[in-house]
Amino acid sequence: MSNNLKRLTAVAVGLGMAGTLAACGSSDGGQGSGDSKTVTLVSHDSWAASKDVIAAFEKQSGYKVNVLKDGDAGQAVNKAILTKDNPQGDVFFGVDNTLLSRALDNGLFQPYEPKGADRIAPEYRADQGKHRVTPIDTGDICVNYDKKYFADHKLAPPRSFDDLVKPQYKNLLVTENASTSSPGLGFLLGTAAKYGDGGWAGYWKKLKANGVKVVDGWEQAYNEEFSGSAGGKKAKGDRPLVVSYASSPPVEVVYTDPKPSTAPTGVAQGTCFRQVEYAGLLSNAKNSKGGKALLDFLISERFQEDMPLNMYVYPVREGAQVPPEFVKYGPQAKDPETMDPAKIADNRDQWVKSWTSLVLK
Amino acid sequence: MTEAAVRKDRRGSAARLGLIAVPVAFFAVFFAYPVAAIVARGLKVDGVWQFGRLGEVLAQSDVRHVLWFTTWQAVVSTALTLLVALPGAYVFARFDFRGKQVLRAVVTVPFVLPTVVVGTAFLALVGRGGLLDELWGVRLDTTVWAILLAHVFFNYAVVVRTVGGLWAQLDPRQEEAARMLGASPLRAWRQVTLPALAPAVAAAALMVFLFTFTSFGVVQILGGPTFSTLEVEIYRQTSEIFDLSTAAVLTLIQFVAVGAILALHAWTVRRRESALRLVDPSATARRPRGTGQWALLGGVLGTVVVLLLLPLAVLVQRSLDAPGFGYYRALTRDDGGVFLVAPIEAIGNSLEYAVAATAIAVVIGGLASVALTRRDAGRFVRGFDALLMLPLGVSAVTVGFGFLIALDEPPLDLRASWILVPLAQALVGVPFVVRTMLPVLRAVDVRLREAASVLGASPWRVWREVDLPMVRRAMLIAAGFAFAVSLGEFGATVFIARPDNPTLPVAVARLLGRPGELNYGQAMALSTILMVVCAVALLVLERLRTDRSGEF
Repeated sequence: MSNNLKRLTAVAVGLGMAGTLAACGSSDGGQGSGDSKTVTLVSHDSWAASKDVIAAFEKQSGYKVNVLKDGDAGQAVNKAILTKDNPQGDVFFGVDNTLLSRALDNGLFQPYEPKGADRIAPEYRADQGKHRVTPIDTGDICVNYDKKYFADHKLAPPRSFDDLVKPQYKNLLVTENASTSSPGLGFLLGTAAKYGDGGWAGYWKKLKANGVKVVDGWEQAYNEEFSGSAGGKKAKGDRPLVVSYASSPPVEVVYTDPKPSTAPTGVAQGTCFRQVEYAGLLSNAKNSKGGKALLDFLISERFQEDMPLNMYVYPVREGAQVPPEFVKYGPQAKDPETMDPAKIADNRDQWVKSWTSLVLK
Repeated sequence: MTEAAVRKDRRGSAARLGLIAVPVAFFAVFFAYPVAAIVARGLKVDGVWQFGRLGEVLAQSDVRHVLWFTTWQAVVSTALTLLVALPGAYVFARFDFRGKQVLRAVVTVPFVLPTVVVGTAFLALVGRGGLLDELWGVRLDTTVWAILLAHVFFNYAVVVRTVGGLWAQLDPRQEEAARMLGASPLRAWRQVTLPALAPAVAAAALMVFLFTFTSFGVVQILGGPTFSTLEVEIYRQTSEIFDLSTAAVLTLIQFVAVGAILALHAWTVRRRESALRLVDPSATARRPRGTGQWALLGGVLGTVVVLLLLPLAVLVQRSLDAPGFGYYRALTRDDGGVFLVAPIEAIGNSLEYAVAATAIAVVIGGLASVALTRRDAGRFVRGFDALLMLPLGVSAVTVGFGFLIALDEPPLDLRASWILVPLAQALVGVPFVVRTMLPVLRAVDVRLREAASVLGASPWRVWREVDLPMVRRAMLIAAGFAFAVSLGEFGATVFIARPDNPTLPVAVARLLGRPGELNYGQAMALSTILMVVCAVALLVLERLRTDRSGEF
């Protein structure tokens, strides 16, 4: 009897301890989720905004903004889906057209059409009629080239997907793993859009024979392998072609001191795939009123014009001004490849699988 | 024993069982439950388990490829580590030389460093533009050699500490007696020392195999898209491809493999604890004599310098690349971009988290050790011993995602709380606490406890007056190890650390993920700071160490 009692006591102590831990956890945790004066934005690591712009929203709306950066773009979406029954915030920003179906099929968002949605350029709109997501920004995934390399070798830089498989560009291109990197996936989708369901695999066979190098992530490709970026120069990168963004050249200009008169890198206009990033009100959001206000703000002129130099993307709102460096060094691609999110949804996993065994194995 | 003593003894056993309830509850809530939750999310569709997925996943050729690579690289890494580290174990056990204590701490630093730092150090050494590339144009970064070398770098200390610790306590007179009776040095070693050492070698080999089988950061950074271990594949499937059912199957496979390794390990450890008569290590070490011994010492020191110190030195050198400690000074600035705070604050966060994690690990691990002290405690208790080691072999991303979906509701709504990080770190700290304290506790003479008990002491008083004085030191060492391991924990922390409260390894990883020289330099500077903190902690441990009977 007394033995049992002791055992019981011990169990109780054990559970008590766990309980204490829980208590000390929740007492200072979770600020913001419950009270209606705070609105929590869940996003990926690339989220950035000017402090005064956020402050203006806080002043005008009365909500305090709490930002939770939750890993890279793919991870952030996946975590949000896993926690959708009890979300970590109210609004999610940063799911792009390549992953949109994953978010929608898993019921990540609830419908809301923000004020000013009618000002968004029609080509970016998705989920028409249901309004579960709102486009916020856009960018192009394109092959970038190192101007100096091509000048030194008296070679014209490639301009199109077709050029990349030509012998004069052998062993020059580095791209990213389509299963782990969002520009890598975008580039694959670009080739699928260009050459069609039956043709892309043949194109990649040629690209592989022409010596394309595949690394895991954009950081490694752009900052270590690519010879044209500041990081790549330091790391003695030896590939003068890289899959990156149309906005990468202006970044090379803006973040170099003193600013050079021209960008050290250029964009191969015929290799672009258009990416659109969306935001939405999370299902089961605790502060949905605040979340709606935040969504209104994300497509306001003020925020849209603040985005380019913070996240290196273009606004989707018609009439929003873009900084002059962007217009000068990194104009949007004129005729990028695009693909309907529904088609991406139907084929993405199978394409990535075939691509992996075709290119990596 | 008198009848009263028997009764007391029984009460003692009951108390032990009571003690074990705390670590059992801890593991159930913070390990088993989250891991089960994430596996269930992957394998349960509409409430029905889909065990058919097991066969489907295993039938995929790329999954079998991953399994094969995971296994062979672990076997080769283990063999290489033993080859390189066994002479080191001998030198540390048998030779007395100046700077030995410092060196023993230094060789342990790699073991507690976060993998992301080690991966980066190796890239700086064998990658493009690395030291070898500049000197001889040699690059290993796209080959499996970089991974194997990094594994040796990591696990050198495991062999030196596990095998060397026992080797130092083997009575050299036994081998000398064999020599006197006419055996050659090799034969004397093979027939006298080796059999006594074998269980420790086996235990060390199994630990190295476990660590390399479940290798994550090293393979992810050095392996590129072509090489992938089970652990890396679980990460990719969960975090990037979002195929939770494949991830769940892979988690189960890894679980089974790790369980088997741990069962074997527990068996070898038990054998090691039983059969040997040990002597004071300080009496067995001598200054090296003759050219052979000096050459051996020189060879081992040379290996340590090239294999262990060089990668660390490259880190330090790169952190000093900017004039006037520029990268270190940059750490104090809040650029508002990468973090919401100045990177230097990561040091404070890391220390706070590590202290909390150490406290949890020492309480949980200490209670478990006390409960497990009796060797005749029965199958259940022995099984629990092995179970406590499981977190070392379970994918950190599984634990991290598990925390995220399991600990999100009252009474355990910890998701947004700071305590989550120390809890995850304590999970990997507990095994070290147990492995350090248990052998010492078991070495306490049972008759002392019985005598105290017969004389009327309560179990608590027996523990306080007999056990505690003997294990106080072991407890401190255990705490130190838990602290160092918590400081370096990366895999789970990176998932659950809040963006405005990064730990040192998380901050390093985030800096490395950003373009530009300044970020890279700051990452190197932070890594150097982390390395120094770990080295100091380990040096303090070396000072504390008098008996070498712990396994680490």
